[in-house]
Amino acid sequence: MLALDLPTIWAFIIAFAIFAYVVMDGFDLGIGIMFSFIPPGLERDTAMNSIAPVWDGNETWLVLGGGGLLAAFPLAYGTIFSALYAPIVAMLLALIFRGVAFEFRARDPGHRRYWDFAFSLGSTVAGLAQGITLGALLQGIAVDSRVYAGGWFDWLTPFSLLVGVSLVCAYALLGATWLIMKTEGTLQARSYRLAVPLAVGTLVALALISAVTPYLSAVYWQRWFAFPQVLYTAQVPLLVAIASFVLFLGLRRRHHVTPFLMVLAIFTLTLAGLGISLFPHVVPPKITIWQAAAPDASLLFMLPGALVIVPIILTYTGFSYWVFRGKTRQDGYH
Amino acid sequence: MLEALDATLLARLQFAFTVSFHFLFPSFTIGLASYLAVLEGLWLWTRREVYLDLYKYWLKIFALVFGMGVVSGIVMSYQFGTNWSVFSDRAGPIVGPLMAYEVLTAFFLEAGFLGVMLFGMDRVGRGLHFFATAAVAVGTFISAFWILAANSWMQTPVAYTTNAAGQFVPADWFAVIFNPSFPYRLVHTVFAAYLTTALAVGGVGAWHLLRDNANAAARKMFAMAMGMIMVVAPLQILAGDQHGLNTLEHQPVKVMAMEGHFESYDHGAPLVLLGWPDVAKREVLYSIDIPKASSLILKHSLDAPLAGLDSVDPKEWPPVAIVFWSFRVMVGLGFLMLGLGLLGLLARLRHRLYDWRLLHRFALAMGPAGFVTVIAGWVTTEVGRQPYTVYGLLRTAQSSSPLEAPAVATSLLAFMAVYFIVFGSGIYYILRLMGRSPQAGEPGPEPGLPLRAAGITPAPAVPSSAAAKGGGS
Ligand code: HDD
Ligand code: HEM
Ligand code: HEM
Repeated sequence: MLALDLPTIWAFIIAFAIFAYVVMDGFDLGIGIMFSFIPPGLERDTAMNSIAPVWDGNETWLVLGGGGLLAAFPLAYGTIFSALYAPIVAMLLALIFRGVAFEFRARDPGHRRYWDFAFSLGSTVAGLAQGITLGALLQGIAVDSRVYAGGWFDWLTPFSLLVGVSLVCAYALLGATWLIMKTEGTLQARSYRLAVPLAVGTLVALALISAVTPYLSAVYWQRWFAFPQVLYTAQVPLLVAIASFVLFLGLRRRHHVTPFLMVLAIFTLTLAGLGISLFPHVVPPKITIWQAAAPDASLLFMLPGALVIVPIILTYTGFSYWVFRGKTRQDGYH
Repeated sequence: MLEALDATLLARLQFAFTVSFHFLFPSFTIGLASYLAVLEGLWLWTRREVYLDLYKYWLKIFALVFGMGVVSGIVMSYQFGTNWSVFSDRAGPIVGPLMAYEVLTAFFLEAGFLGVMLFGMDRVGRGLHFFATAAVAVGTFISAFWILAANSWMQTPVAYTTNAAGQFVPADWFAVIFNPSFPYRLVHTVFAAYLTTALAVGGVGAWHLLRDNANAAARKMFAMAMGMIMVVAPLQILAGDQHGLNTLEHQPVKVMAMEGHFESYDHGAPLVLLGWPDVAKREVLYSIDIPKASSLILKHSLDAPLAGLDSVDPKEWPPVAIVFWSFRVMVGLGFLMLGLGLLGLLARLRHRLYDWRLLHRFALAMGPAGFVTVIAGWVTTEVGRQPYTVYGLLRTAQSSSPLEAPAVATSLLAFMAVYFIVFGSGIYYILRLMGRSPQAGEPGPEPGLPLRAAGITPAPAVPSSAAAKGGGS
């Protein structure tokens, strides 16, 4: 279309949905990943209560990411998800276990151990599968005449596994800093202790991924290091370094909120970096957003929905976080 | 080629299995959310505690059902891509935006207010809490609106063109949404959700009345459910009849399969009540017919001619036996529901609603009937649409992803194992909650932890100064 480049607008909207998903569901997945390091009883119940009222809303961003991709870039939706069949199915199954655990563990104290384990395993597998999906996407997906043309296990490489493990670590870090912010007493102290190694792990993994990505394809190299872009792209690692410094400072000085905010900043910067690598491709190495985009009639129809309704959603999501503001009391919300 | 065919069949089985499981939960939550809104509204209005007790009793069950609806729904929204990539590419420009609007207008509304509804009773005022319950109820309805618009467009596609890539391009969104079968499907499905809920609530009420017919909450829920069934069951049959007439107009082959009409009739077609459709012999064995009744129902004239399956190429036939039988299950149970509604009316007139044990037993037996009926109805609809995913335009065999059979077989087995374990446990927990009789001073859905403050305070429980200091306890 003329002045209005609808596919680009939609690429940003979907990137926003993915960002919202990663940071919001990230902290509740992270708590699941850490769950086996939290002793059963009051501490686990408190950790659970700190996310119980909001996890469903957090996960809805995943539905928007998937649904939005189908609506705006149907070709990408079909090829990516059929190419990455195994990790996607694994993620869906894992999300089932973890989603039902909230209610089931409360209804069945006799089997709480098992549902706690399901919650923990489900969260970990979901994070791992999401990371593998991302890694495999960065590596590129073979497409021929609009359908996936690669093998069954193309998604499984050292690089995709590296991204998977990094995401698990990063989610756990986000979860730990959320608990620092939302709880007090023994659980908070435990979260401070866990956050330090998790932060180190996350940053090392991030450095490794950043070092490898430019070698995956000459295109990525270009996007990061060609002059004059490099003047902008170089800001990303610089800002990550600053945020990491403040994060460690906050953890040392036992700040409640700073660590969570700094981890959010690191996530934001990482996603920006991802955007730099990929844009304007949606299914690298071949399909760009313009090739994958739905017809303008579809993109235009959804635009008011995205531009008007998303701010409203953010408002009432904010309201529901506000209702449950403050420290989570150890005896739950009643 | 044989392998590709098998992979498609497996993908269909997987889709049918997961969507049927998914739909069990929304068909309960759509009705239950409205019921909860009514209960809370009645409590605020009349101040009678029995409504609050019922609200809290059903809220615990709602939390479980809703959670399972969400996780099984997330599977659905990704399965179009994993297993139906060609369908996604071709129909995505039309079906995708409808489902995206469902996420934006319905799912976020439900999810955003669900936390407040479940855990916020002593954190927000009564009015705001009622607003949250109503928002969740409205959300479930909006959700049905969009997903049924998408499904109905696949049944009766209109207002599209095609582009060079073979995609369906929307020409007129209003006509796409309000496509010819949509209003019928929406009305019939929402009624179905209300009936399903009323039957489940009535069954639970009956169970407790059979054990103690003085329990005030059990009496109240039974009376409310019987009233609902009495009103909605006849309306549903009417809506179903209209739906069928509409299907006859747009998908006549589906109706031929539903009716079991292998041959055409020039002077009035018989209504086949029961029988065994034998596709190879092209006749219904052991059939019990009412002469000319089918023409009467479908054409409003005893002697109207009616075309049969012999007038179409067998390549265009849906699997006749499945459609024939699922349709009969639905209609048969629908008439049983009507019977229950009428008996409830009779009991009310004779002032025996709470002590007619036979009625209670019947209501108990009908408790799960709604779920069976709803699945039977969807099987009729979806299997009757075969061999197409987009009726008349895109064949099912051409819609699937380029996956190979072992991959899909593995995922299907994994889905089956996980669904039976997880949803089996969930259904067991629901039944256990239903088995407990509702009490005066019923507790809310607290996660099994020590209660802090019983009852409800109209103002936020956490003073904002305390929150600002970050202190709660
Ligand atoms: C409690 C649930 C319930 C009850 C009592 C009935 N139905 Fe139904 N029926 C459904 C629940 C349902 C459903 C599951 O909601 C379906 C699937 C798709 C749809 O629109 O509604 C359906 C589909 C459906 C269709 C298929 C339409 C199509 O695919 O194009 C027809 C013709 C009828 N129904 C007709 C009837 C009749 C004549 C009934 C009289 C007793 C009846 N239904 C009772
Ligand atoms: C919730 C109620 C629903 C049920 C119980 C249901 C049931 C089924 C069944 C039984 C099949 C398999 C057909 C066969 O074996 O030949 C099927 C297929 C399918 N349905 Fe539905 N369906 C439901 C709703 C929907 C909705 C709302 C949509 C779309 C928006 C949809 C889209 C499809 C697709 C894409 C297929 C796969 C292709 C096919 O085999 O026809 N279904 N569904
Ligand atoms: C293929 C078809 C379907 C897809 C892709 C689908 C998708 C979804 C998804 C992703 C969710 C979770 C939303 C959340 O995160 O809160 C969900 C829940 C829900 N769906 Fe479906 N759905 C389908 C069929 C249906 C049908 C046919 C109806 C109703 C007529 C329906 C009604 C609902 C409702 C009311 C919910 C809210 C949760 C609940 O009540 O349990 N869905 N669905």
